[in-house]
Amino acid sequence: MVALSSTEKLEKFRLEIVSGRNPDKPCISVCAGSGCLASGASDVISAFKSEIEKECLNADVVIKETGCPGFCERGPVVVIYPEEICYLQVKPEDVEEIVTKTIKEKQVVERLLYIDPVTGEKAIHEYDIPFYKNQVRNIICNNIKIDSRSIDDYLATGGYSALAKVLTVMSGEEVIQEVKRSGLRGRGGAGFPTGNKWEGSRNDPEKPKYVIVNADEGDPGAFMDRALLEGNPHSVLEGLIIGGYAIGSNEGFVYVRQEYPLAVTNINLAIAHAEEYGLLGKNILGSGFDFGVKVHRGAGAFVCGESTALMAALEGRAGEPRPKYVRSNIKGLWDKPSVLNNVETWANVPLIINNGAGWFTQIGTERSKGTKIFSLVGKIANTGLVEIPMGITLKDIIYKIGGGIPRGKKFKAVQTGGPSGGCIPAGQLDMKVGFDELTGAGSMMGSGGMIVMDEDTCMVDVARYFITFLTEESCGKCVPCREGLRQMHKILTNITEGKGKEGDIELLEDLSETCIEASLCALGKSAPNPFISTLRYFRDEYEAHIRDKRCPALYCKELIRYYIDPAKCRACLICMKKCPVEAIDGEKKKIHIIDQEKCTNCGTCFEVCPPHFGAVKKISGEPLPSPIPDAERIINGRRN
Amino acid sequence: MDHERTDQIIDKHGCEANSLIQILLEIQSENNWLPKSILERISERLQVPMTRIMHIATFYKAFSLLPLGRHKVHICMGTACHVRGASRILDAVQDLTGIKPGETDMDMKFSLETVNCLGCCALGPVMEVDGKTYGKISASGTTDVLKGIN
Repeated sequence: MVALSSTEKLEKFRLEIVSGRNPDKPCISVCAGSGCLASGASDVISAFKSEIEKECLNADVVIKETGCPGFCERGPVVVIYPEEICYLQVKPEDVEEIVTKTIKEKQVVERLLYIDPVTGEKAIHEYDIPFYKNQVRNIICNNIKIDSRSIDDYLATGGYSALAKVLTVMSGEEVIQEVKRSGLRGRGGAGFPTGNKWEGSRNDPEKPKYVIVNADEGDPGAFMDRALLEGNPHSVLEGLIIGGYAIGSNEGFVYVRQEYPLAVTNINLAIAHAEEYGLLGKNILGSGFDFGVKVHRGAGAFVCGESTALMAALEGRAGEPRPKYVRSNIKGLWDKPSVLNNVETWANVPLIINNGAGWFTQIGTERSKGTKIFSLVGKIANTGLVEIPMGITLKDIIYKIGGGIPRGKKFKAVQTGGPSGGCIPAGQLDMKVGFDELTGAGSMMGSGGMIVMDEDTCMVDVARYFITFLTEESCGKCVPCREGLRQMHKILTNITEGKGKEGDIELLEDLSETCIEASLCALGKSAPNPFISTLRYFRDEYEAHIRDKRCPALYCKELIRYYIDPAKCRACLICMKKCPVEAIDGEKKKIHIIDQEKCTNCGTCFEVCPPHFGAVKKISGEPLPSPIPDAERIINGRRN
Repeated sequence: MDHERTDQIIDKHGCEANSLIQILLEIQSENNWLPKSILERISERLQVPMTRIMHIATFYKAFSLLPLGRHKVHICMGTACHVRGASRILDAVQDLTGIKPGETDMDMKFSLETVNCLGCCALGPVMEVDGKTYGKISASGTTDVLKGIN
C-alpha cells in the first residue's frame, strides 16, 4: 500500500474499494463487541467460518466481525446482507441452518427473528424492530456494517472524506466556526460548547497545542464510548485529526481505560492503518499538515475522567485534579493549550463537517443539538445502547425503545449522569432529554448512563451505592470529599442496616453542602447528588428506614426477613435443598418453615421457590407471623 | 522478572518519565505484581524518586504490590449489575473462596477484586475470570464456574 499523498488519490482509492465490492454478495455480520463476545459471539464466528469452508462458499460469502449495534440484550447479533436480515441470540448450533436456508436458499430462519412481545409479530430487519425503529442512529449506525479492524471498510462508507474536505477547502478558523454553528456540546458530561473550547485553544499564542480523546469511561453502567472505540475507531480518529487541524495542534492522545482491552487493541490498530495510508503522520494527504497520535492506557482511577486529572495521568503522574482558575484549553497538558473531548464528541465532528452545521441543528432542542447515545440498562426489557435525538422524552426512551419494565413490575426511577447524577422519578417522565432539562430536575446528562430502577430497588441503597463508589474513587486531595464522603457513607450504611437515627438526614444534608462548596473538582462538587436527588423525590423511603426500620422496596438485607406462607407452600422441598445454611425444616407433604435463628437472609429460598407457588415472602418492618403448629403442617391430598 | 526484561520494557517506552504509568502497566500484566526490586530499577533508570513511583503504584487500582493468585476473579459492581443483585454474587464468591475483595487465598489460586463496570451492563450481573466474561450469572452459577477451575 502506497500512502495516499493527495485527496484525489484518496477518492480514487475509495472508488477502487467500492467498485471492487459486489453489493449483492452475501455478507454475514456478527457483532464482536464485548457484550456479544461475553454471550458467546466468538464461537458463533468460528462456527460460521467452518460452515462456509465446509460448504465451499469461501469465495461467495464474506464474514465480518463488527462493532456493537447496541442490542446487547439479545446478543449475539447477526445481520445478513444484502437483505439485512437480523438474527438475535444466535448460537453455534444455529449456524448450519442459517447458511443452508438464508445464504443458499434465500429464506428466512423464522425462529431467530425478533418477536414483538405485545403483538407477536416477527421483525425481519433491524429497522423493523421497535428498539431500533425509534432511534436516530447517526453515529452508531455504521458499527454493524463495518469490520472494526478494517480501514478499507471505513473508507468504503465515506470515511476520511471530512478530513479531506477540511484539509483542502477549509481553514482551521472555518472548521471552528462550523462546529460552533452546529451547537455541539461536550458529550462527556458537562456539556461545554465544543467550538468555544477549540477557539480558546486556537487563539492562545502558546505552542505546541494538544488534542486528547477522553475514553476513560468510568461511569458504572455506561459503555457508549467503549462501543464506539471498539466498533468504529476511525470515526473517532478522524474527528481528532480534524480537531488538531482546527486548533493548530500536531499531536494527539487517546486516553483509554485498561478495563477495555478490545478498545485499546482496536484503536491501536486503527492508528497503525491510518499511518500506513498517510492519513496520520507527516504531510497528511499532501496538505502539509502533520499529525501523530499516541494511546495512553489508564490504570484504573475514576477521577482520571476529569480533565486536569487525566492530563496529570498523561504526564505520568497520579491523577489528581488541580484548580481550574485557568481552563485546560489554555493551560492543560504540560501547561500548554489542550483540547480534551469525549469519544462521542469527536465522533460527531466528521458528521458535522460532511453534512454541515445546518443538518446537525435540525435535530434537538434549542440548547441541545444532535443525537446522544445512552446506555439503557438496569431493570429494563431491552438493555443496550440507544442513540436518540435530543428532545425526546424519557418516557419514549424507556417504553418505546426500552420496551418498559420486565416481569410486570412498576417503574420507580431512572438514574442518569453516573455517580454525579441523580434519580428522576416517575412523575417527571415526560421531561425532554437535554443538558439543561436534566440538570433542572436535579440530575445531569453525564456521559450517557441511564439506569432504570423498578419497585424492587431501594433508593436509600442506591444513594449508599453511589456514595460508596465515590468514597473509593475520591483521590483524597480535598478534605470535604475524602472525609465527608466517608462519613456520609457510614451514615447511609447505618440507615440501610436499620441503625439510622433521627437527625441523620439533616447531618447528611450538612455534609453534602460542605462537600459541594469546598471541593476542588467536579467529582467532589457533585458527589452528594445521588443522595440529594433521592432525598428530594423519595424522602419517605429514608424516613421509613430510620423511623420504622422498614425497607419499603424489601431490598435492604438487614431490614427484611424471609417467611414461608403456609397457605401457599406445597412442600416441594426445593427451597429446603437449596438453602446453604440448612435453615429450612420440612419434608415431603409437610409445610416448610424457616428457622429464623439459622437464616442468613441470603434470599436463595425466595429465588428458587417456583413462581406459580410464590410461597416465600419478604417481610420488613412488621412482626413475623408465628409458625403454625406441627399438626397443621401436614398436607393431605392436593392443594389448589 | 529480571532486570534485563525490565530494561527492555523501559526502553520500549523511550526511557521517559512521562511513560511511567505505561511501563508499570506492562510490568504488572507480565509479572502479575510489582516487586520492590523492579520499582527501584525503574526509579534508577527514569530518574524518578521512589516516593512518586509508590504514589502511582498505590493510587491506581491496576497495580498490585503483592503477588496475585493464578486466577483473577473480578466481580462487576457497576450500577447496572448492582441493581441486578451483584452483591449477592460477591457474597457467594466470598463464601466459596474464603477471601474478600483485594485478597488472595493461601494456595495462591484465586485473587478476588471488585470492579466498577466492565461495560457489559446488558448482561449484568457479570463475573470475569481471567478475562473471560460470565454474564447473567447467578449465585449458584459462580460456584459452578469457580469449582471448574484448577
